[in-house]
Amino acid sequence: MIRSLRWKGAVFTVPFQLGFVFLYLLPMGYAVYQSLYRSQSSGLGLGGTTDTFAGLGNYRQGLTDSAFMGSVLRVVLFACVQIPLMLLISLALALCLDALSSRTAGRFRVMLLVPYMIPGVVAAIVWINLYSPDVGPLTPLGKVFGLDWNFFSPSMVWPSIGNLLTWHGIGYNMVIIYSALQGVPRELFEAARLDGASEWRIARSIKIPFVRGALVLTGMLSIIQMLQIFNEPALFRNITPQTVSDSFTPIMIIYNQAFNAGNYHYAAALSVLLALILGVASFLFYRLTSRETD
Amino acid sequence: MTLTEERAKASPVRRLARPAPDARARGSQRFLLVGLSLASVYSLFPVWWLIVAATKDRTGLYQSNGLWFSDWHLWSNLRQVFTYENGIFLRWTANSFLYAGVGSLGGTLLALATGYGLARFDFPGRNLVFACVVGSFLIPIALLTLPLYLLFSKIGLVDTPWAMLIPCLVNPFSVYLAKVYTEATIPFELLEAARIDGAGELRIFVSIVLRMMTTGGATVFLLAFVNTWNAFFLPLTVLRGESNWTLNLGLYNWSGKRAESGIDLTSLVLTGALLSIIPMAIMMIAMRRYWRSGVTLGALK
Repeated sequence: MIRSLRWKGAVFTVPFQLGFVFLYLLPMGYAVYQSLYRSQSSGLGLGGTTDTFAGLGNYRQGLTDSAFMGSVLRVVLFACVQIPLMLLISLALALCLDALSSRTAGRFRVMLLVPYMIPGVVAAIVWINLYSPDVGPLTPLGKVFGLDWNFFSPSMVWPSIGNLLTWHGIGYNMVIIYSALQGVPRELFEAARLDGASEWRIARSIKIPFVRGALVLTGMLSIIQMLQIFNEPALFRNITPQTVSDSFTPIMIIYNQAFNAGNYHYAAALSVLLALILGVASFLFYRLTSRETD
Repeated sequence: MTLTEERAKASPVRRLARPAPDARARGSQRFLLVGLSLASVYSLFPVWWLIVAATKDRTGLYQSNGLWFSDWHLWSNLRQVFTYENGIFLRWTANSFLYAGVGSLGGTLLALATGYGLARFDFPGRNLVFACVVGSFLIPIALLTLPLYLLFSKIGLVDTPWAMLIPCLVNPFSVYLAKVYTEATIPFELLEAARIDGAGELRIFVSIVLRMMTTGGATVFLLAFVNTWNAFFLPLTVLRGESNWTLNLGLYNWSGKRAESGIDLTSLVLTGALLSIIPMAIMMIAMRRYWRSGVTLGALK
């Protein structure tokens, strides 16, 4: 390619590059810079505050902050239960759809995708009201079966949020897995059937291995989202501030440190830590899931 | 390869190859249908409940069966939503449309240009730019939003529409999609031919590339629109005053009022929530051809 032409092509990307520098690199650099300082009130607190260099002090504090590390652990444990469950259901539904004629499958797919159309905040509002003992239908339904469940109690709040996220996520994940299933060469099934394999066996030995890539991808996206979970607990906190504390998830702590405690430096350090944790978690997940195929 | 092409290829084979259903196959078919129907009920009943709830007044909401209609109060609920605090709900709706519409339109144009540049020109640093695009998927939102808030407040942008619009202009995921679409739809030969005919690079982009990328561009726009419409953390951080809020923020605020000041806005919140789904549903249904390919494209590539 002619030299001048190459540069002309680069010009098309210049606006994005500028934007990326100002909206991504600069803020991140600024966060790292801020995380290395600490504001101290000078004198008796009358002369305002001055920023003093703290080195890695904020990070040390973050790593030993039981509220922060506790929230990370809470979210990780929750992710270990909710994500596999959600992906399992999505996979099962995708396999069901794949076994039907494309017209019937299309009809079910539309219905299963309805939750994906609903904004996350609205989905949370709807479920919070469904859970509500005053207006929701689930409490009277439980009574019919002799269950006296309180969806906002400390032991139920994670299952309640988990159900909300699963409801919201299965349609989307199912579509991704289903479209990967559509790519499996159909001749393979015929060959397997001629060899006497059952449909279940075909699903287990041909279809599931074939959609591994899609499962890894959806798993990765879910992990990234889950570690940053904020909206749902924030809305639950509106209803049950006693159960959902303001340090329930990592991002809630960061938000509160920045905007309620006014401690930007510490909030910046925590968000850098969270980014590192996210990177490590994604890397580990990727290694764990790709090892078997090597 | 797009999803539709794949399906077109796969389905005739499948139809021919499917053996005549015997009794056992029919039995398992029924089993699948029952499973899928249960899943559909699970997916749909909350939406059904919301629709029913929006037609009830407070007594109906608290005392009648939630899954079926009682007295019809939809119109008075709607009136209440649109007149509460001098029609602030309409203001929020307009804001949501402004941020999602204008922000996504600008962001889509910028992404198409960037995707075209990345896909069809081999300039030094191209791989670095692409690495930035993909790497940014891993950055937690708090790491960007908090410093962005501080920087915006230094230049006086906090609590103005710009604080929402500017971040929407630069969307790495849109760029990624635009690059993939360019690779799939714009052949090198066509660009060569246009150059030989003496067309300038800008002319080629505007009158050939953009025109051929309508489908890809629509998908990018749709996904960006949905993302911005659903955004919560960014508006919560950078928008302080009620008059600049989005629908999501407004509904969040209404749903929290009971805890703060003891006012029960439940039926207001539910009717507002139902209303806020409508634009999204219309958008997705009208453009379902596009977003299906967009949703799955991210997975296939």
